[in-house]
Amino acid sequence: MHEYALVEALVRQVETLLRQRRAVAVHRVVVSMGELAGVDPELFRTAYDTFREGTACAGAALDLRPVAARWACPGCGRAFARGDVLTCAPCGMPARLDPAGEELRLETVEMEVP
Amino acid sequence: MCTTCGCGDTSLVPVEVHERILAGNDRVATHNREHFAAAGVLAVNLMGSPGAGKTALLEATARASGGRWRLGAVSGDLATDNDARRLEKAGIPSRAITTGQGCHLDAQLVHDALHGFAWKETDVFFIENVGNLVCPAVYDLGQAANVVALSVTEGEDKPLKYPVMFKGADLVLLTKCDLLPHLDVDVARIRDGLARVMPRPEVIELSARTGAGVDGWIRWLEARRAALPRATGAAAHVHTHVHTHAHPHVHEHAHEHRHADGTVHSHPHGHEHAHGHLHVPGAEGDHAHGGADHAHTTGSGHDHGH
Repeated sequence: MHEYALVEALVRQVETLLRQRRAVAVHRVVVSMGELAGVDPELFRTAYDTFREGTACAGAALDLRPVAARWACPGCGRAFARGDVLTCAPCGMPARLDPAGEELRLETVEMEVP
Repeated sequence: MCTTCGCGDTSLVPVEVHERILAGNDRVATHNREHFAAAGVLAVNLMGSPGAGKTALLEATARASGGRWRLGAVSGDLATDNDARRLEKAGIPSRAITTGQGCHLDAQLVHDALHGFAWKETDVFFIENVGNLVCPAVYDLGQAANVVALSVTEGEDKPLKYPVMFKGADLVLLTKCDLLPHLDVDVARIRDGLARVMPRPEVIELSARTGAGVDGWIRWLEARRAALPRATGAAAHVHTHVHTHAHPHVHEHAHEHRHADGTVHSHPHGHEHAHGHLHVPGAEGDHAHGGADHAHTTGSGHDHGH
């Protein structure tokens, strides 16, 4: 249940941005969520709906964008299928995960500025 | 936009951010990592389910290392300091981090626990995370290595069920292997599962109770310690590292920075500082590193922040 802590960090990030831009309201928050970010999307939504009350995000819709985990061989570029052993048999190299597949990122904030 | 004509209308703008939501935690973790590296301390983040045998493993580590290292630990727990007390009894100076409802440690909790604790006088420093196979994986603490304790009683499919935890592990310790004769558990299947979630699956089978396999774990730690950047030969490397990471956390963590700055400045001034107690480890770090170059580098890195 670290989703609450993550939402708290997200709301703080948005509030900082709001102050920097002297915005009067936030309308939408776009978050990308890697499959291996260790975050449950439904819990994250619930946490957001609970936590945003009384914050700058109170009236802001949450746009969650899932990002699939993509493993590839850094040598030959071969993509790994889900459930594969994460070593490239021909190259003998360990697979590398595309960073977006393990990150939780605040991508865009739509805000109302004077 | 409309301030010019005075109509008072606002406009809707999309602001591109593209920043990790845990960027704040990452900055504090980087700060912790710099300090561990500068002091030559191997910091290990030990994770695993409740009851996987993390504390027993550390007790066995103290026994098996036979005093060759100065050990230290912080131990995260929701409600008690039982683990820290067990570790103290085993000869590992420890501090409890009681998280309340928190299911994981974050970099700030670790940072705060280090204050007033002589962690710089250790060679291997364990961060025993809250027992949990999910949340701790998400938080960087500034460790040099992630180690996951997985007991053979937990079932063969744990790696596939909790890929995020195992994906970030540098080593998996298969604990309670003395129980294998009593269980219908196929270790080969656990290893196969790990190979599908870890790009570099490294596994050591051991039993903290009998001590079997613990020597392999001690050798692993030894190798990790040997790979740490040293003050003598590798000062240049540390230099680069400090410089690369000194800036990002300056803006939002001025408070910690002040401490870090103090740490550096406490080298020459010893106990004259009012908050000297926080910086005793700093003075030790200077000793460990000796090199004036290094101390200077760290100092200038921090000076940048101010």
